[in-house]
Amino acid sequence: MIYLRLFLEFFKTGLFSIGGGLATLPFLYEMSDKTHWFTHADIADMIAVSESTPGAIGINMSTFAGYITGGVPGGIIASLGLAAPCIIIILIISKILDIFRSNPYVDRAFYGLRPASVAMISAAGINVVRIALVRLSALENGPDLLRFFNWPAIVLAAAIFIAQKKLKWHPVIFIALSAAVGIVFHFGSL
Amino acid sequence: MNELKELYLAFVRIGAVTFGGGYAMLPILERDLVDKRGWTTTEDLMDYFAIGQCTPGIIALNVSTFIGHKRKGTAGALAATIGFLTCPILIILIISAFLTNFADLAVVKDAFAGIRVCVCVLILQAVLKLWKKAIPDKTALALYLVIFLVTVFSSLLLFRVPAAVLVIAAGVFGVLFRTAKEGNKA
Repeated sequence: MIYLRLFLEFFKTGLFSIGGGLATLPFLYEMSDKTHWFTHADIADMIAVSESTPGAIGINMSTFAGYITGGVPGGIIASLGLAAPCIIIILIISKILDIFRSNPYVDRAFYGLRPASVAMISAAGINVVRIALVRLSALENGPDLLRFFNWPAIVLAAAIFIAQKKLKWHPVIFIALSAAVGIVFHFGSL
Repeated sequence: MNELKELYLAFVRIGAVTFGGGYAMLPILERDLVDKRGWTTTEDLMDYFAIGQCTPGIIALNVSTFIGHKRKGTAGALAATIGFLTCPILIILIISAFLTNFADLAVVKDAFAGIRVCVCVLILQAVLKLWKKAIPDKTALALYLVIFLVTVFSSLLLFRVPAAVLVIAAGVFGVLFRTAKEGNKA
């Protein structure tokens, strides 16, 4: 029963990949060796696709692997398998939090958790900046600051930042506009 | 039933635009769920993100489950999470079926190089917005700096510290520090 196997294999991946996103990769490579549902090259391709679509790599890989092994139902079942452990665990935590939310110790834990949360978000931001706004390759032959900064991208970022403050449009509008600017000015080859 | 449908549809929209690993979704969640619908608060979102770091699965998915549960219990959690997954699954099914070279297309590369710039700004806005609420004093600032530096420079350290370990350590620190401080006052 291919659907059941797809569900179970991706359920296991979902259960053990803590921290999401790229944490699923080692499990995907292992699954590729074991099941031959997809190749290592497929995983590399899916990393690229995941950078260009809204979904996370794990969900994308499960949809892709499910689709090539079991068609459209396979794609859906594999993705639900990946998401299921996450949903179950968060439901349990939610119910526990409901009970203990007024406990002073929970409150104190959040005093430490909140700066940690913002620190992780900042670090994720640095990772995107490294790809989107600067070129680390410019530092290889001595510092070349003119080439280090991706000036058109920085101008776009500043424009979005200011426009967002002044206009208060929905963030989705800025995402769409940035895509358009990227296409018109060929940001992919800057 | 109507409320479940509303939850589902709200998360279909969010799932369609969550580029860049979940963090860029914060300003969108703020706008759609905190400001417009009043379904959750900025503080709660921050807590969900912290917990999402130490549980399995993608953070965006965890946050959907949390908010859905808060609104409508288990059914709400399922509606929100499946809503969040709908667009990514559809997109990959379409790409798998028709566009095997999707990621190599020049127009796709250009568009997403543009979107990544926007994601930088969205994340910066998320950080600025959360800053005051998350970092009320110098101790919290020190904690922020330590975790930020360890995460950013993790590739330079002797061994990689998993995010979950950092988050759990921060929670334990919070309990110990606040308990000691409040104990002194009493």
